[in-house]
Amino acid sequence: MSSGTRATRAELGSEPGTTEVDASHGLELYRRMLLIRRFEERVYLVYLQGEIPGTLHQYQGQEAVAVGVCDVLRRTDWITSTHRPHGHALAKGVDLRAAMAELYGKATGCCGGKGGSMHLGDPSVGMLPAIAIVGGGNTVVTGLGLAFKLRRTDQVAVCFFGEGASNEGAFHEGLNFAAVQHLPIVFACENNLYGASTPFHLTSLVPDVAARAAAYGVRGEIVDGMDVLAVREAAGRAVADARAGAGPILLEFKTYRFAGHSRGDVRGYRSREEEAEWKGRDPIVRIRERLALTLEEGVLDETDAAVEAALNDAIEFARQSPLPRAEDALTDAYATVISREAAR
Amino acid sequence: MTPGAPPAKGGRRLTIAEALREAIAEEMRHDEKVFLIGEDVGVPGGFGGAFGVYLGLADEFGHERIIDTPISEKAIAGAAVGAALMGMRPIPDLQYSDFIFECMDELVNQAAKMRYMSNGKLSVPMVLRCPVGTANRGAQHGQSPESYFVHVPGLKVVCVSDAYHAKGLLKSAVRDDDPVIFFEHKLLYGSKGREQAGGMDLTAYVPEEEYFFPIGKAVVKREGTSVTVVATHMSLYRSLAAAEELAREGIECEVIDPLTLLPLDEETIFASVRKTGRLVIAHEDTLTGGWGGELAARVAEECLFSLEAPIRRVASHDVPLPVAPVMEQTVVPSVARIAAAIRRCCES
Repeated sequence: MSSGTRATRAELGSEPGTTEVDASHGLELYRRMLLIRRFEERVYLVYLQGEIPGTLHQYQGQEAVAVGVCDVLRRTDWITSTHRPHGHALAKGVDLRAAMAELYGKATGCCGGKGGSMHLGDPSVGMLPAIAIVGGGNTVVTGLGLAFKLRRTDQVAVCFFGEGASNEGAFHEGLNFAAVQHLPIVFACENNLYGASTPFHLTSLVPDVAARAAAYGVRGEIVDGMDVLAVREAAGRAVADARAGAGPILLEFKTYRFAGHSRGDVRGYRSREEEAEWKGRDPIVRIRERLALTLEEGVLDETDAAVEAALNDAIEFARQSPLPRAEDALTDAYATVISREAAR
Repeated sequence: MTPGAPPAKGGRRLTIAEALREAIAEEMRHDEKVFLIGEDVGVPGGFGGAFGVYLGLADEFGHERIIDTPISEKAIAGAAVGAALMGMRPIPDLQYSDFIFECMDELVNQAAKMRYMSNGKLSVPMVLRCPVGTANRGAQHGQSPESYFVHVPGLKVVCVSDAYHAKGLLKSAVRDDDPVIFFEHKLLYGSKGREQAGGMDLTAYVPEEEYFFPIGKAVVKREGTSVTVVATHMSLYRSLAAAEELAREGIECEVIDPLTLLPLDEETIFASVRKTGRLVIAHEDTLTGGWGGELAARVAEECLFSLEAPIRRVASHDVPLPVAPVMEQTVVPSVARIAAAIRRCCES
């Protein structure tokens, strides 16, 4: 199931090919992962300052999954996301300013302030508003794949979900239906070991979500979710297969969220030793170290500075953006307005 | 020509099942984005859907557009929502409306909210057909769950009771850009239900020419001056039967089929209530939390000073449905119960 031998072929500086990554491409993967990491860290600070309403589910630690998977997707491919969507949104190409403004609940946000943190998305880059019901995307994604199949396009849909969702009925129904219909879908499970505070081993006797693929007659594969190149390589093969009509594939990315489940989580349910062990596999640190061996001195620092500048700009943009008009709350429930109040 | 009434001379009469089939076929010919998806909808030698509505469609449109699925309501609804988000116009089928609870997340959290969450960038044009109503099938195959969905902003809710409106509304629903839940009563599909429907003729004039009937518009099925009766499905026909009976007592009922429950045609209903000063609401959905309560509240808000008597509701009693016919008919609104409520309303 594992793809260890193939993953090594995808190391930096190896020969050009569809799954290989050269140094400038590697730098771009690093930049995107860092953007997500720093986005989450900056967002947390401004959240604590009271600038962002609601709650946050953050993505630190899992950046390699979103960036590695989305790197092999086209703009016309689609993703579904979860209650933890910031990384997916930035990786799929949602505008940084629009994403930040959405968290701030501003009119310039990618959903006009109606979505917020848990529903980030933008159809123009192929991302549905994130679905914050655990397992919610696992059935809806089949419709994306079905539409592509009926229209005979070669688009692919990727469904991001957590290991917790694999215990939902939706996981079963979505995967089974996608399998019998041979739909061009990659089910991308991010196994970060905990559903909120509950460890996966208390909720499933099967430790590997990928093993469940066999029950549906589809291919399952375990991938190191802390290595962006391994993610990219496995996702590249899965997406290519799906695009070629080989049907759905279940990828399980072993990963870890460095932050708590949501903004108030002090993580009392897991040991600091475990956290330290996973932080030792930080995907951003790993690729940065590898890139430092190949890139000219200063390039990485320049990239870091550029990411910081982009975030400063996005936060300033969000702060300065106008609030939505209160009356806009009453629009967009329907394509045709039918509300009594709105009609008056 | 009153829609649904006999044509002046001759004219084609269809059952609701035939009218629905014709609507689906026309829309599938008109727009290749329209497709059907559900269990047992197109299997060769199969049922053509739980009530035979789809018989023959797979022959014309093939199995790519008449898609048979596993018994998997969440997948059926989810596939419909996702395809609709991609610009297709799916018609998912769940066989019995009772099974709709299997996919409440897909309908309530996804279909109804995607347009809003995307700030109007996406829409979910789909029509979920749902057979409702008792037919001696008991607690899990006879419910009328319309009211759950009347409570969901983002959905539209239609209830059809005759072939003319069934066809015209289904065609409008398929072309509507919002998700529509389309409720039909099992006993009203065709001739088989005729006996249980009190021997009423369940066919209606359906023109050969293409037509649409708009979502959000009610029809007056019988004009009257004494009392307004708003009713759907079997309760509509039982209200019409009660109206005949009461006419002999000098009570002239104005019977309205709302057709769309969300959005409700307040204009037609309020105008009638202002004329008659009395309102009785009848539905097979249970009483508590039923859509009749919402209608009563709106009439109380807007027409209170036109009312000459308290509003009366006739609905299924607040119990699960039994199978034994004698008990079942005790639970659902009967002609006698509807007539009694109308008399009481007209006495005060």
